[in-house]
Amino acid sequence: MKRVLIVGLVVVLALVGTFSMNEAKAADQELLVSAAASLTNAFQDVGQKFAGANAGVKFVPNFAASGALLQQIEKGAPVDVFASADQKTMDQANEKKLILPETRKNFVSNSMVLIVPAGSKMPIKGPQDLLAKEVTKVALGNPDSVPAGRYTQESLKNEGLWEKLSPKFIPGDNVRQVLDYVSRGEVDAGFVFATDAATAKDKVQVVATLTKHQPILYPVAVVAGTQKKDLAQRFIAFVLSKEGQEILAKYGFGKP
Amino acid sequence: MSKSLIPLLLTLKVAGFATLAAFLIGVAFAFLLARVRFPGREWADALLTLPLVMPPTVMGYYLIVVFGRKGWIGQWLYETLGVTLMFTWQGAVLASTVVSLPLVFKAARSAFEGVDPNLERAARTLGFSEAGVFFRVSLPLAWRGIMAGTMLAFARAMGEFGATLMVAGNLPGKTQTLSLAVYEAVQAGNDQLAMILVLITSLVCMVILVSSGRILKIKYLKEVDR
Repeated sequence: MKRVLIVGLVVVLALVGTFSMNEAKAADQELLVSAAASLTNAFQDVGQKFAGANAGVKFVPNFAASGALLQQIEKGAPVDVFASADQKTMDQANEKKLILPETRKNFVSNSMVLIVPAGSKMPIKGPQDLLAKEVTKVALGNPDSVPAGRYTQESLKNEGLWEKLSPKFIPGDNVRQVLDYVSRGEVDAGFVFATDAATAKDKVQVVATLTKHQPILYPVAVVAGTQKKDLAQRFIAFVLSKEGQEILAKYGFGKP
Repeated sequence: MSKSLIPLLLTLKVAGFATLAAFLIGVAFAFLLARVRFPGREWADALLTLPLVMPPTVMGYYLIVVFGRKGWIGQWLYETLGVTLMFTWQGAVLASTVVSLPLVFKAARSAFEGVDPNLERAARTLGFSEAGVFFRVSLPLAWRGIMAGTMLAFARAMGEFGATLMVAGNLPGKTQTLSLAVYEAVQAGNDQLAMILVLITSLVCMVILVSSGRILKIKYLKEVDR
């Protein structure tokens, strides 16, 4: 009897899962947008407003490091729009013919900052101070796949600090992981976008802004393999519109 | 070559230490639960088995809450001894130990329960101390089951990913084990390196499986001969 009950319970749970999944898929049209991790909060908001203004459209965001998103698209992920946090990743996508180049637009700018956990007692006022002996762990995006890491690398190299600081580096999979490491106090300092730091104001403290890197401009483009080119273009137009730009500005992003 | 050799050596080191720790803790608790009756025994069993059924990320989160720099134990460790397990290979060992512990524990408990208590009683009447009974009667009789569980624990520790990533991070040369190195290579689009790492991992796992099977079989045949 007991065994029958357990088996029955498992079957019921599986069925509930299956049916509720189908219900979620009932929306007419899904727009899958792969966006850089730093856009997480802002694009959730933008997507909601976009779906609200277009009946029957479901906005499905996919956030990760830009480099990881590029790999997913290259391996055939059914993505409609790609927004990266740097030009290099979008250039690579263009070289591999993964995006429609005529749809590519820069839509926001950003800056890199050095942050420490709120209430940190370390005397860190700028990148130079990270050389101090008591600073042992500095988090940054992995430059191989994370744009925030590339900007950090470029800036620190130009300041002559990259080699000296590298034993202290804790590489993160995306910029939000770096933010998480700093806000939990697991590392002494970290490099994130100014907009990331703004989402965790009570947990981290901005101590300096990096300057010695290329300007940070986020590009967006329609993915070449999309079946929904019109909808994807409408989404990009919305991001560039006054309303879209206002939402992005609310999260601290600058004009392109 | 070093790009794949370093993660391999690190993986073997982490899995080795984790298996040793899981073996000692798992066998001790298994014997306790198999031989001593106390209230909440089955709850203790469930607690020790939990890492097997829970997602590794959940275990990783628990470990961060307990052992992180601001965690319950982690803060004490950091303030009194100045050490932190986060982003260290010892942290990776901790994560792997927790997820592989149930495999040793479960196997060892049923192995101990399969040992006839009369043999232990007989040993006692012959003047063995409690430690003598354990090391010369119970443990040798349960050995095959324990070894099988330990082999599985080693395999599980080799492939650990989720909890390790959360606790130890992904630091090349320090905490980047094979599974993490594969993940990073794929993320960065380095398919060639990913392929090399995947082949090495598969090869090592095959060697471990075949040799462990052989060790267990020899042991078994010897027992049959007797």
